[in-house]
Amino acid sequence: MTTATMNAGALTAAGPGHKPGERRFGLGRVLAFAVLVILAVTWLLPFAWAVVTSLKSETDAAAFPVTWIPAGGFTFDAYAKVLAEGNIPVWAFNSLFSSAVITIITVATSALAAYAFSRLDFAGRRWMYFAVIASIVIPPQVLIIPLFYEMLALNMVDTYWGLILPQVVLPAMVFILKKFFDQIPIELEDAARVDGANRLRVFWTIVLPLSRPILAAVAIFVFITAWNNFLWPFIVVNDTSLMTLPVGLQTVKSAYGVQYAQNMAAAILAALPLIVIFLFFQRQIIKGISTTGFGGQ
Amino acid sequence: MTTTAAPATPAAVGDTAPAGSSPPRRRRRDHLAGWAFLAPFAVVFLAFIVWPIVFGIYLSFTDRSLTGAGGDLIGFTNYAEAIADGDMWRSMGNTLWFTILSTVPLVLVALVMALLVNEGLPAQWLWRLSYFMPYLLASTVVSLFWIWLYNPQLGLINDALSTLGLQEVAWLQDPQVAMPAIVIATLWWTVGFNFLLYLAALQNIPEQQFEAAQIDGAGKWRQLFSITLPQLNQTTILILILQVLASLKVFDQIYQMTAGGPGGATRSAVQYIFEVGFTGYRFGYSAAITYVFFAIIIIVSLIQFRVTARRSA
Repeated sequence: MTTATMNAGALTAAGPGHKPGERRFGLGRVLAFAVLVILAVTWLLPFAWAVVTSLKSETDAAAFPVTWIPAGGFTFDAYAKVLAEGNIPVWAFNSLFSSAVITIITVATSALAAYAFSRLDFAGRRWMYFAVIASIVIPPQVLIIPLFYEMLALNMVDTYWGLILPQVVLPAMVFILKKFFDQIPIELEDAARVDGANRLRVFWTIVLPLSRPILAAVAIFVFITAWNNFLWPFIVVNDTSLMTLPVGLQTVKSAYGVQYAQNMAAAILAALPLIVIFLFFQRQIIKGISTTGFGGQ
Repeated sequence: MTTTAAPATPAAVGDTAPAGSSPPRRRRRDHLAGWAFLAPFAVVFLAFIVWPIVFGIYLSFTDRSLTGAGGDLIGFTNYAEAIADGDMWRSMGNTLWFTILSTVPLVLVALVMALLVNEGLPAQWLWRLSYFMPYLLASTVVSLFWIWLYNPQLGLINDALSTLGLQEVAWLQDPQVAMPAIVIATLWWTVGFNFLLYLAALQNIPEQQFEAAQIDGAGKWRQLFSITLPQLNQTTILILILQVLASLKVFDQIYQMTAGGPGGATRSAVQYIFEVGFTGYRFGYSAAITYVFFAIIIIVSLIQFRVTARRSA
């Protein structure tokens, strides 16, 4: 488990420990700052260039030599054209809907399973847990052929079911949640059990409220994974009205061809939802990623 | 995550007291409760992980096609064909090449970013935001951005090169350059993830260690090499393992940026599996390639575990 309280930690990182060395404000620190700035500019440049291109007219976007300020001024034409095609809002809805459902199902089933592995003594527990842990190393990408065959057999190709269901199993999440549940003092549950609460009640009223931070971390991780998943939605969905943003954008890319401004406008629109969410929940998302990224170490 | 783990109070009511009175009943109840809690997960786990693996093995011994035709058991024919298939080995080689090229910068750049940010310089939020934000983009968005940046005439990168008086580069069209170009885009896209992991680990190093070193007169570099980096050993091993696994399954950005070209120079293993199955309609053969690839992943993982186990021991 990461004990770091990320943001607070970093802000005070220059705290007491570093004070004695006053020359830290010397050359080394200036150099470090310079490298940070160079890296930040490099990392922000692709965004900036995409935004600027999206605000040009197609003529200016394709004009040579390359300029940051277009001759014909900035315009929202590209956005208007992309939105008028009407598909992006539908794809955004599909992405939001499928990612939300995937997150809810994954968190619910994983938490229940993790609790069983952590607290309950039942036949087959070791076996099942071993299978779940072993499957963590299997990249879902390699299962596309048999999975697609299964979807054909179940008549789920080109449906929300086919889009959503195969994405709801992330064994690593069970592992992370179990490790967290293991740390919760069992006395808390025993007290409630003495009072006659059944397992589900104990889980719901005691374990879950204590686990809010880890549940949030897992949910964030699952949501981002689902939101950005490309290969599976690309395979299982052909119907334009069922596509998610990443898949829809791939079809748009070939349709727009050399319309650079519209390409960038579509990309920016597709990127926007998650970036806005990130700006609002920066702390939680950063903390959630560092927790789940380590597999809860 | 911090659990302010209340120290277990041994004096508290004997934790098995209620069950202790009737052990057999408790056991039976646990069986039922255990499987009831596990059931929802077990269903999706069996349906979407275990079953595809098992069925895939069966498929790999048949000549089944996407259209449903065929399906006779043909023994090891598919595997024999796979072993002689130059295109398959080339795609596996490309995947390994991508993994080697991408892993080193994805770990090193992340480490440098985290070390610098951890210095506690001003504008903390800005560093985190700029380094991590690309990780939130879908692969398609990343590909659109970079195809545009790499555009031979109108791209920002070649424009900068020619301004500096340097030779322009056919980034995605030159078979020698295409893979490194994809690696650069991938570095930009995903380095923020490793950066966050390093940053979290750095903040877990107890401050007292640095204070003690400072009192002993150790300078900044000395502290870096004798405290910080050794403390990050475990983290580095973990990041390496995660990174190699992530790089081996590369598909999205390559498929979108070069479609595997030019001339198959960037076609990855996953893309070859995809193409044999969905463009070539050969499900049985595609399944066989899947398991060859799977074997390679397991071999790479085992080598990694052996090497890292020795180093961390």
